[in-house]
Amino acid sequence: MSAAPELLAVAPAPRSAAREALAALWARPHIRACLVVVALYGLVATCGWLGVLPDAEAVVGGAQDPPSGHLATLLGTDLLGRSVLWRVLAGARTAVTIGLATTALAVPFGTALGLAAGYFGGWVDAVVNWVYSVVVSVPDILLITAISYAMGKGLTAMCVAIAATSWVGIMRLVRGEVLKHKGSDYVLAARSVGAGSGRVMFSEILPNVVHVTIVTTTLVLLAAVKGEVILTWLGLGVQDGASWGLLIAGAAQDLTNDIWGPLAGTVTAMFLLIYSLSAIGDALRDVLDPRVG
Amino acid sequence: MGAYIVRRLLQAIPTVFGVALLTFLLFNAFGPDPVRTALGNHATTEAMASLRHQWGLDKPLALQFLDFLRQIATFDYGRSFVTGDDLGTQLKDGALVSLSVTLPPFVFGGIVNIAIALFIARHRDGVVDKAARALFIAAMSVSALVWVLALQYLLAFKLDWFPINGYEGGWSAVKYLGLPWLIQLLLLMGPDIRLYRALFLADMNADWVRTARAKGAGEGRVLLRHVLPNAWIPIITQNVTTIPFLILGSFLMERFFSIPGIGNLTIDALSRGDLPILKAVTVLGALALVAFNLVNDLLYAVADPRVRLQ
Repeated sequence: MSAAPELLAVAPAPRSAAREALAALWARPHIRACLVVVALYGLVATCGWLGVLPDAEAVVGGAQDPPSGHLATLLGTDLLGRSVLWRVLAGARTAVTIGLATTALAVPFGTALGLAAGYFGGWVDAVVNWVYSVVVSVPDILLITAISYAMGKGLTAMCVAIAATSWVGIMRLVRGEVLKHKGSDYVLAARSVGAGSGRVMFSEILPNVVHVTIVTTTLVLLAAVKGEVILTWLGLGVQDGASWGLLIAGAAQDLTNDIWGPLAGTVTAMFLLIYSLSAIGDALRDVLDPRVG
Repeated sequence: MGAYIVRRLLQAIPTVFGVALLTFLLFNAFGPDPVRTALGNHATTEAMASLRHQWGLDKPLALQFLDFLRQIATFDYGRSFVTGDDLGTQLKDGALVSLSVTLPPFVFGGIVNIAIALFIARHRDGVVDKAARALFIAAMSVSALVWVLALQYLLAFKLDWFPINGYEGGWSAVKYLGLPWLIQLLLLMGPDIRLYRALFLADMNADWVRTARAKGAGEGRVLLRHVLPNAWIPIITQNVTTIPFLILGSFLMERFFSIPGIGNLTIDALSRGDLPILKAVTVLGALALVAFNLVNDLLYAVADPRVRLQ
């Protein structure tokens, strides 16, 4: 009898799956470095949103000055005398914005539809699967082209378009997981105490299937950051302002004049973010997905 | 098998209807007015009304959609708004050009990459494997656009081995296609070899592999005679479902090197508001995907006797 309170006192508080996963990631030095890199991009983006990044439109020197020791002209200046480094940083803000906006559209949409299709079955499942089969039947680049046409080329259309090609994978994964969990004892127990569909779906099943969503989220982020560059270059993406796609597109001309600053800066900035995100995604899959050894 | 094919084709009907509906809504219902795009902001009302009538855009949306469904059923997509050319010929020519860009590196790269992946699987966790893995992860972290740009700069601009861009019909096309082929070969290496390596290694501890080893088969024989034949099925799956994308072409390559394939056709049509081309490419692309998915499932049954189609 007297042992019980003692046991309670020494038992560590149960840790949430998310905290456990984060701890497992943090334990790997290589992934720790990647998390720091991603956090730095988040910081740069936040500074950009708050307007405290140096002004990327300000003229800091002559036309296409070579790189020099000053921070503003570390990578030289562009044709209009603007700092290439500031433009690369502003491009990082654009990339993070696009990544987050796309994820914010695709992940909740795909998760909600996957939950509903798996949980309710019947005609809900039939309708969701029909929409799924339609969307996966259109090659991604053509769906993106069509959405760019309908919404007008630009940043918003690009985010919606990449999200439209990304939610399907999440929906399929979540639906499959929900089907596995639907008949579990814990779900029946929740129902037996009178929990409604919404409660069972979001409070009971969702926490147990959310790991597939988290892993896929890193893939959506990657698709958005990589997609921006290609789509912008094709003329379907960012139309003005500072973006990595526009910087690389401009760099093609610069190369023939032996100007390397914009390309080197943008490629380095992109490489660090994409490499870190892929490494974190791989590690997350190891940690969260019990099927992978 | 016959009943299975019929059932799958019937199942494809709602999907294709959905694709048609989605395509029509995005281009005809929500998109900007193509008549305005063609005539500019200073066109007279009469000129716009007459062009609208000529393009059949003055009909109610429901009737326009029925016209579109009839076009899909008869594979007759009409004429381009801008050039007035017959779309059948234009799309066929474009698809052939796109295939000439994508097919050679796809076939050649496939063979080479399987061979390299076998070699890496043979020496798994060795220096070559570790170095290759690190190299591919690093290479894939750089945008494809950057690789295209850098290789064009180095091989065409600096070394002058290839023309910078352009295209000619017939056999002289080879001169212009060399660089896009080479670039695609290099871009395919990372994803392909990683995939094939994973496929080969997945079976490394399977029962039949252990049996083969127990009978005294060497590592090379195990890979070539026991692991590779079993890996053919996922390799086929991967490659058959890629075929529609080969016909569709590489938008990036075609745009970068000014090659007049489907990709270039589509991007040009987008800026000109040439709806018939855009709608035809979207629907045909989807039809190709649906068709090759079916072919893939059938091949799966042929290649693996355990798979029963019903």
